[in-house]
Amino acid sequence: MRSLSEIDTVSKRSSRAAGYSWGIAEEVGKNIRLLEIFSLPGIKNLNDFLNKKKDIKLENLSLITEQNHANNSQYCPIVAGVSFLDQVGALVNLNEIKFTNMSYPMLFLPFVSRASEIIGRRILLKIDEKEFLMNFNNNINSNFFSKEIIRTAKNVSINILDNEDSFNENEWKELYKLSEETFVEENESLKKSGAGAGLTDND
Amino acid sequence: MNIPLRNPNLVMKLSRLGSFHQSKLSFLRSFLKEFKDWHYKRDLFELNEYGYGTAVYSFKKKNRVYSLICFANELDENERSDRVIATKWDTAFTLFDGVPAKQDIERLKNEVPKQEFGRLSYKELTLSRANKSVRVFNHVVESLSNGIQPDRELLAKVGYLYRTTAVYGSGKFGLADRFRIKNREEIYGPFRLEMMLVYLVRQFTFDQVNHVAKNKNPKKAVNLDPEICKSLGIGNSTGLGMAPFIVNHPTLLNNWIYAREISLKKIREIRNVNSQESNLFKDCLKKSIKNITSWNTESEYQIEKIKSLLKDLNQFILFLDSEFDFDQDYPFNEIYQYLEKNFGEECIEYVVSMMMEPYDSIVAPLIKKMSSEEDKYFNIPTERTVLELKTILENKYSEILNIDFTKKENNLNFWFISKNKEEPRLANRFDEDGSDLEQPLAIARDIKKLYETLSVSKNSSTIAKFLTSNSDLRHVVRRAFIVEKFPYSEIQDNTIGQEIVPIDMLRLKLSFFGALKFDPRSDKWLRICMFQGAPLPEQLKNYDEYWIYN
Repeated sequence: MRSLSEIDTVSKRSSRAAGYSWGIAEEVGKNIRLLEIFSLPGIKNLNDFLNKKKDIKLENLSLITEQNHANNSQYCPIVAGVSFLDQVGALVNLNEIKFTNMSYPMLFLPFVSRASEIIGRRILLKIDEKEFLMNFNNNINSNFFSKEIIRTAKNVSINILDNEDSFNENEWKELYKLSEETFVEENESLKKSGAGAGLTDND
Repeated sequence: MNIPLRNPNLVMKLSRLGSFHQSKLSFLRSFLKEFKDWHYKRDLFELNEYGYGTAVYSFKKKNRVYSLICFANELDENERSDRVIATKWDTAFTLFDGVPAKQDIERLKNEVPKQEFGRLSYKELTLSRANKSVRVFNHVVESLSNGIQPDRELLAKVGYLYRTTAVYGSGKFGLADRFRIKNREEIYGPFRLEMMLVYLVRQFTFDQVNHVAKNKNPKKAVNLDPEICKSLGIGNSTGLGMAPFIVNHPTLLNNWIYAREISLKKIREIRNVNSQESNLFKDCLKKSIKNITSWNTESEYQIEKIKSLLKDLNQFILFLDSEFDFDQDYPFNEIYQYLEKNFGEECIEYVVSMMMEPYDSIVAPLIKKMSSEEDKYFNIPTERTVLELKTILENKYSEILNIDFTKKENNLNFWFISKNKEEPRLANRFDEDGSDLEQPLAIARDIKKLYETLSVSKNSSTIAKFLTSNSDLRHVVRRAFIVEKFPYSEIQDNTIGQEIVPIDMLRLKLSFFGALKFDPRSDKWLRICMFQGAPLPEQLKNYDEYWIYN
């Protein structure tokens, strides 16, 4: 089994060899490591992408907007990912960010996961019919369990989710009530000897 | 009195970093301190009469066990080489996490001797190999088998029976990644498991030499005197592989230097030094002179440094004995200022190391802070502005910004990774091919380029915007924001200039390891000795913490 350190180093060097700057190659190294930690096919997708990169008409997406269309080409997932990561602070108020035609979108995914940690918000990433819920870069919930290489995605969308409870108020109250059963009722004398007892609060 | 931390522009110069010496902060000393209460055992020793076979040594505490597995193989004279391009060694070692099962030992028997070409697993923590100093080893075998102890003078001159040529850890070749073990309290100090490996290898070398001598002449042979064993360490040949490490791990570098600088600051701020403390300082300093007078090297460069160090130290000791009054306020501050005024860098840093000796209460808590969670600082704060980044560069890289990289001598070399051994190398970019594959280790040059580019950019632009058109500078943008938080994370020097002495970078790291007797064999590699004088594993429970000076 390859260690994460080996995965990081080889991904970084190969990305540099494929023409990315050292700074971007460093990002890719960290990202592939992340994908592999989450049991997603990082090395597979990166290897395939870097080997076929020369034959794909790639477009570099530098400035992310609400709607991003690559018409006769495909977005480079690494450049788009770096841009998203760098610009996420300015994108948090958009309802949905859409991309059409993205090459190897699995390589875009870890940038979104890291962005979730940076802004402290969950992010829902849809790659065509596949869904990935990014939980602050701690874990990823998904309906995609395959180890396959995804060479292209027609539609990629990002929803930055509001920080909301996953339960309703009644459920919370019920559970809280049960938790109260660990408390002990204080009698009058105990109340009088508690913190601040005997002092005036208006001093 | 508030003494400021020393300026990174002074401390982080290569000549200063290359003058660092071992100290109480050094990893081999903190390793011994941490593991002195652990139960040491030789679990397996299956060597044939010539000393070839397998051995296992362990340290155990409660449910935690670390086991060194040793493989000693016969090696043809012509195949023995300390160079990193070697493919066979006298011995190969791995530190195993737990107690190895027979199947583990069988698996590792095939992999460990192959070193870089073998595959290790998450169960193994570190990997190393070592070659005999044949002359010394044979002499010891010969002497012991004849019932006499070896020539102490010869042994003192070399200092070890074996020298390692690499010690790997942290995920290399399939070894366990650091994240798997980083929460173990006993290894909070950096390189602790690498230190454990080297320390146990040292014991193996004594056991092996005794075993071979005994088999050679069972009736007459004697064991190597434990006092002689103590006086021997483990040698190490170290090349440029270590140099990029300190550039590639900026927050870790900061934490090492910061611990040293905080120690120095706090010691200088002590108003009253009692006689016990001042005596311990003077005692360690005087006794340590023997580590300098027994420092053998053929390197003219190092001989000159040793001569000057010895001269300065003798003069300093004379000053301490005849003129200096420890009863004055802030005596260590006075000493430090006197050193800066009168002596060279090698002597200043030597005495700084010595100042720490009486102050366990200051130094010990810092040792646990010398590791680093580097990933925490990886993301670039892209919401910051061009003006802010420019200001950081002006404040943190002021001297580097004055270097003119259009001059050939300032841009002479490039760092690359060799294809045959995947090891870092340095070459002249005007004489050699390959500079188009340069590694991102020319930080000073790239920082200067970043500054020039920022200077023609809009001050109010965000870094996110700046990076959309300057992706080639992304690696140094990241570094600049790290340096903002970590003052000692960057070498404040040009690592590609004509004047670079790469072994300065090695010496910095090795001094933190706790190595002694740096012996440069060229400007690109050196030999050192580790654990010379250290207690043997059986003596650890009540060992003298100041063994390094005894």
